[in-house]
Amino acid sequence: MELEYIEKSSNSITSVILGTGSTSLKVGGEDALPFLYREGKNVSLPIIAHEVFDSAPSDWAKSLKDEFKSVINKPIEWALYCKNELNAKLICLRLSSAHPDFGNNSADKLAKLCRDIYAKVNLPMVIIGCGDDKKDNQVLPECSKALKGKNCYFGNTTIDNYKTIAASCIADGNGVIAHSPIDINIAKQLNILINEVGLPLDKVIINPTVGALGYGLEYAYSIMERARLAALMGDKMLALPFICFIAQESWRAKESKASEKDNPDWGKELERGIYWEAVTANSFLHAGADILVMRHPKAVEIVSKAIKELTNKGIK
Amino acid sequence: MALSGLDIYKLLPKTNCKKCGFATCLAFAMQLAKKASSVENCPFISQEAKDKIISASLAPIKSISLESRCGELILGGEKVLFRHEEKFFNPCAIGIIFEDSLSEAKLIEKISDVKRLSFERVGEILTVDVVALKYSGIDAGKYIDSFKAIINNCDFVVALICDDTDVIKKVVEIANGRDLIIYCFGKEFDIEKFSHFASNKNLSFVLVAEDLDSLNILTLKCEQLKFKNLLIDTGEKNLSDKLWDLTQIRRLSLKKHIRSLGYPVSCIIEQTSPEAIINKASCYILKYASMILVKSDAPEVIFPLLTLRQNIYSDPQKPLQVEPKSYAVGQVDKDSPVLVTTNFSLSYFTVLSEVEASRVPSYIVSVDTEGMSVLTAWAAEKLTPESITKALEKDNIKDKVDHKKLVIPGYVSVMSGDLQEKSGWQVTVGPKEASGIPSFLKKYK
Ligand code: SF4
Repeated sequence: MELEYIEKSSNSITSVILGTGSTSLKVGGEDALPFLYREGKNVSLPIIAHEVFDSAPSDWAKSLKDEFKSVINKPIEWALYCKNELNAKLICLRLSSAHPDFGNNSADKLAKLCRDIYAKVNLPMVIIGCGDDKKDNQVLPECSKALKGKNCYFGNTTIDNYKTIAASCIADGNGVIAHSPIDINIAKQLNILINEVGLPLDKVIINPTVGALGYGLEYAYSIMERARLAALMGDKMLALPFICFIAQESWRAKESKASEKDNPDWGKELERGIYWEAVTANSFLHAGADILVMRHPKAVEIVSKAIKELTNKGIK
Repeated sequence: MALSGLDIYKLLPKTNCKKCGFATCLAFAMQLAKKASSVENCPFISQEAKDKIISASLAPIKSISLESRCGELILGGEKVLFRHEEKFFNPCAIGIIFEDSLSEAKLIEKISDVKRLSFERVGEILTVDVVALKYSGIDAGKYIDSFKAIINNCDFVVALICDDTDVIKKVVEIANGRDLIIYCFGKEFDIEKFSHFASNKNLSFVLVAEDLDSLNILTLKCEQLKFKNLLIDTGEKNLSDKLWDLTQIRRLSLKKHIRSLGYPVSCIIEQTSPEAIINKASCYILKYASMILVKSDAPEVIFPLLTLRQNIYSDPQKPLQVEPKSYAVGQVDKDSPVLVTTNFSLSYFTVLSEVEASRVPSYIVSVDTEGMSVLTAWAAEKLTPESITKALEKDNIKDKVDHKKLVIPGYVSVMSGDLQEKSGWQVTVGPKEASGIPSFLKKYK
């Protein structure tokens, strides 16, 4: 009896290239569910993006701040630290200081920052605005211009706010992060809309919104599984790589931050936060994540090991 | 896979002789499909047809039930590959492995550590379910004493990881009716030696073989020997091969009806480093294991894993809900803002964490939307001016604050006029995404 059940996919995930030249990266391209390399020609090789903030984050857990103490106020050094010390291949720059209430930094200033980081670090970048639509529409096009031809990815674009950002990415040879609120239909619709204004699908990465372990992880997990299954069965408008903002969610959970003193039965505080991030990341790997945006170097190390083991073809 | 009434009808004699008590073969077939009658009631059906109908009506993955004073532990019985297709039914058991080299005092201390691995999340207590005792092969007496210490000091289901059948037999004799899981490890393990225990409800056996073909041979043999409670394990492998095995076993039993692989799957994680345990266990929890045994009892390792299990085994059709009421966040006073959201736990917790991040003490009123999220509840008319007004009245929020100002989610801005009229509260439209709450609250008032 042949004890094997092979699923054949009729479609594969669109391959998306980030960056240019020798440091460029390919994500997507899978033609099977995550890590089932025996039934797909293309192994999924997820990539971890290291998160760098343009200004010192005020709400981070102490264990996280401590890791970046010397660079937390210096985004360029921070990005260099990620590259040189943490072996980063991809930088996710968060332009939080653009927000009218949290710094209100100007488009010019932030565009210069993008240019400087890229010049020093020379790695592919994902650049995320502050979340204020109006401000993002001023800032992100300037940043895109500053990184013209560098094939960087800008977001978040949403169903209510994609035209300005998509247009500047088309003009500058960059791509977008398409953000939907844990909803497969909105995700698909947004991809269609972005595609309609003229950005090719291989310049779009889906941010499906994820929840932290214990805080809605399973909803996002199932939405991603459903989207990926539909994509592999032929739905081209969903057949795009996923980017998952892991650390942003996991470090908000009280289980990541609560002190050992207040919760003596929850175990070591530092490790707990790291494992919370790692388990959240691992879960989305199995749901099809192509890019994981992470923070704690130790969590990155753990999840890198998981990726290495999961993509190890072994001997059959 | 269950047969339809029509499928079953095709297998019946189609003579409408009424011996089964039904007017026609078709009527009888319909009852069979509903499991309201038994094939035995038709005296004329062929043996072959009978076997087909019976085997199609059996669960594709068998389940086993273990009793402990902590409650009933059911393993297996799963029906789907992806939780959105229905749900994952019986949460994977998580167990801690003890070495028999521990001194008795140390062992008892460890047992009490494991008992303390208990975490409350969204109204549920998460605990481990199993303790396993590993035989080092040196001192049978020590192993038996360790086993006694375990059953005398805790109520967990006990698993024996021991390749010496004589030692296992001795343990079984003193188990005192406790449910045991016996790992049939090692090439020498001769399960036939246990065939007189085969129908003993207290004993479950984990069959171990490296590949599915050998596993298949083993389970068929055990079925012939009338073993009732079986689990299977493909042994220690690298993560990608293990994921492949687990996926294949689930697919083959559900989609190809290979009943000889339709058993709950157990995994042992041999590595002791927390990193390895985190990586392997999260994969196994997500991908189809029914029992995972690990060599760490560190709460910071076990807590996230138990939480993952809780998440993945929750029912996608019945979203987790929080109690619909008003929640005070921070040091609220009479001027604190009042924000409305749904009682879908995810909506509530996202709003909660953003309000906390804003450091603006506020009230969150979670409206009873039967666990639907904002947009879904609005579309289903569960989040309406009426339901919000009712929530405000029920909770007497007006006695808690000195104002009558309300913030509603940006996605339901259309209802603001209507709500203002019905509730008598002045309505402000808040941000669409919870992430906009901190900056909104900073400016609000
Ligand atoms: S006893 Fe059998 S053959 Fe007779 S009516 Fe019932 S199903 Fe048909």
